[in-house]
Amino acid sequence: MFRRSLYLNRRTFLRSTALGATASAALLHSPAVLRAQGAAVKIGVLHPVSGALSYSGQQGRLGATMAIDDINAAGGIKALGGAKIDPMLGDAQSTPDGGNAEVEKMNAAGVSAVVGGYASAICLSASQTAARYDLPYVVDVGVVDSIVTRGLKNTFRFGPGFGVIAKTALENLVTINDQAGKPAKSVMIVHEDSAFGAGLAKLLNAQLPDRGFQVLDTIPHPTPMREFESVVLKIKAQNPDLVIPANYYNEYVLLARTMQQQRVRPKGIYSVLGGAASSYKFVKEFPEAAQYIMDCNHWFDPKNPKAVALKKRVEDKGQFYTYEVYMNYSCMLLLADALERAASADRAKITDALASSTFSGHLMPYGPTKFVNGQNEGAAPVNTQVLGNDIQVILPTQFASAKPVFPMPPT
Amino acid sequence: MLSPVILLPAILNGLMTGAIYALVALGLTLIYGVLHIINFAHGALLTAAMFAAFFAYTLLGLDPYLAVFLLAPLFFGAGYALQRFVIGPAAHDDDRNFLLVTLGLAVVIENALLYFFRADTRTINLPYAFNVVELGPAFIAVPRLVALGAVIAVALVLWAVMRSTDTGKAIRAVAKEKLGAELCGIDVAHVFAITFGLGTACVAVAACLLIPTYYVNPTAGEAFVLIAFTVVVLGGMGSVAGALIGGLLVGVIESLSSVFLGASLGQIGIFALFIMMLLVRPSGLFGARA
Repeated sequence: MFRRSLYLNRRTFLRSTALGATASAALLHSPAVLRAQGAAVKIGVLHPVSGALSYSGQQGRLGATMAIDDINAAGGIKALGGAKIDPMLGDAQSTPDGGNAEVEKMNAAGVSAVVGGYASAICLSASQTAARYDLPYVVDVGVVDSIVTRGLKNTFRFGPGFGVIAKTALENLVTINDQAGKPAKSVMIVHEDSAFGAGLAKLLNAQLPDRGFQVLDTIPHPTPMREFESVVLKIKAQNPDLVIPANYYNEYVLLARTMQQQRVRPKGIYSVLGGAASSYKFVKEFPEAAQYIMDCNHWFDPKNPKAVALKKRVEDKGQFYTYEVYMNYSCMLLLADALERAASADRAKITDALASSTFSGHLMPYGPTKFVNGQNEGAAPVNTQVLGNDIQVILPTQFASAKPVFPMPPT
Repeated sequence: MLSPVILLPAILNGLMTGAIYALVALGLTLIYGVLHIINFAHGALLTAAMFAAFFAYTLLGLDPYLAVFLLAPLFFGAGYALQRFVIGPAAHDDDRNFLLVTLGLAVVIENALLYFFRADTRTINLPYAFNVVELGPAFIAVPRLVALGAVIAVALVLWAVMRSTDTGKAIRAVAKEKLGAELCGIDVAHVFAITFGLGTACVAVAACLLIPTYYVNPTAGEAFVLIAFTVVVLGGMGSVAGALIGGLLVGVIESLSSVFLGASLGQIGIFALFIMMLLVRPSGLFGARA
């Protein structure tokens, strides 16, 4: 029975391949014709636009779609006869599974590449799914380092990873503290308990003592968190010089507000990838709670006129210019540049073009673009501080727009 | 760590957080006690009410503590209509259908909110939001103190309504013996809807108490509802006093265990108590035996 069906299958298989060969030969010819007319290049735009991460996801989608509109308005991909980019928007629903499902759909729809993911967990699984189809995947934010250390040929991260961010953050913290005459000696870390916060806390715990800081306590918390009073009580009881929060926007704001309410005022609040620490929304809504908070995070280059022009356009739309926006905008430009150089919508050619990219037309304060194992070696975070009603870059000095204010002056 | 400097504020803080849990649980327990349905839409309704309170402030300039007098009746009406014209007719008196209908409703409400208001987290900044009362080593935020008082008041009013008014008696009668109540001439569908309305009004009050110190986004309500389910079981299904005491208890336990075990492990205290309660006294603190 088994044999027979196998035999029959082989027969039908043989017949269908004959047909298939003809069909695919026809197919192979048709894109060439279409290409001459500048057929649109389908690009998957994947973000968690619903669920717990939906705010970040929607901001990311905004950045990506604005970039696509700009690219299309400027004449599309010239090497492909002015082909427009046709975005296929996907919702990862704030879960890795949701991200996978969308990548499957995008692959089935024949996209040439995928941009996005936002959260590390989503980026990890979505890029892996994309790798099965040799589908180029540009990670927009996802900072966990394992995203680019798995040897996936299709995965590219334009922004900095965790290791680089944490290293820069620690170096800059030491610099700021030294410049102020070393007022800070003790630290408390408040972090959300998933991959991002817990990973960062582990790293800080390992590295801070070597740099002369004593870690008094490390407090993990879930997301969402209903109140921060008990956390702030612990901070109050131990009275650290520095508080280092590592969590997402809502929790960050609640924590800062509760600290203000409970009159807990350490010498500094220094965050690494703080969810709200360098967010215009937070500064606008709670200027007092946000004042003097320092952050080591993704940030646009304040001296780049393109980045500043985009800021105005985003704000004119009534939206905040958050890092998701300019990072996705930059990633989409990076991909468009790769499409130009590949002169093809073919996945393998785009992958090669991304791998050899030296793209410089982005909005970020990065060094020269160079991908090593999928990671852009030029990517780097900067340090920002909330001063007045604005967010200023305080380090590195070549991008800085203000000097750090540390320790926090008394109210 | 066991110093009164941290212990007293932790307990007080737990009481005040617990008050909100209690209020959300009050709505749930009422609906469960009478309709015998677990209202999965409770969290979505809380979120909707928080949006209402947010817009009452930003658009109408109405302080949340005044808005409560507008929103509670409004949500009572909405809850009444939902039960009378949507949930009741759609469920055909089958418990399983009730679950599915309320779950579906939750999905619809949440996604409608997401569609209209995007996923932005919204907050309001009230002049008194950062005011505190100093009580020894503890700084108690005024809005949270107000919440505690308001919740106790709501529980008392609800208790009085259930005890002494005709409507309350009818509700209790339906809860005890639906067929008997119907035979006595009580309009069961009406009583069901009133109960659902009361439960929804509780959520509206909770929203107005939360918004001065919390935030709203299309999933904000969920965080409170899971804990409210625990409170309902802990206090005894359908018991007003149980919801109040259970809520406060859960708040204090959560606060103490987050101080001593860390915020991520804070939930352990609650669920350890919860499991013990189910083992020792399955009907809950104040629940009648099933």
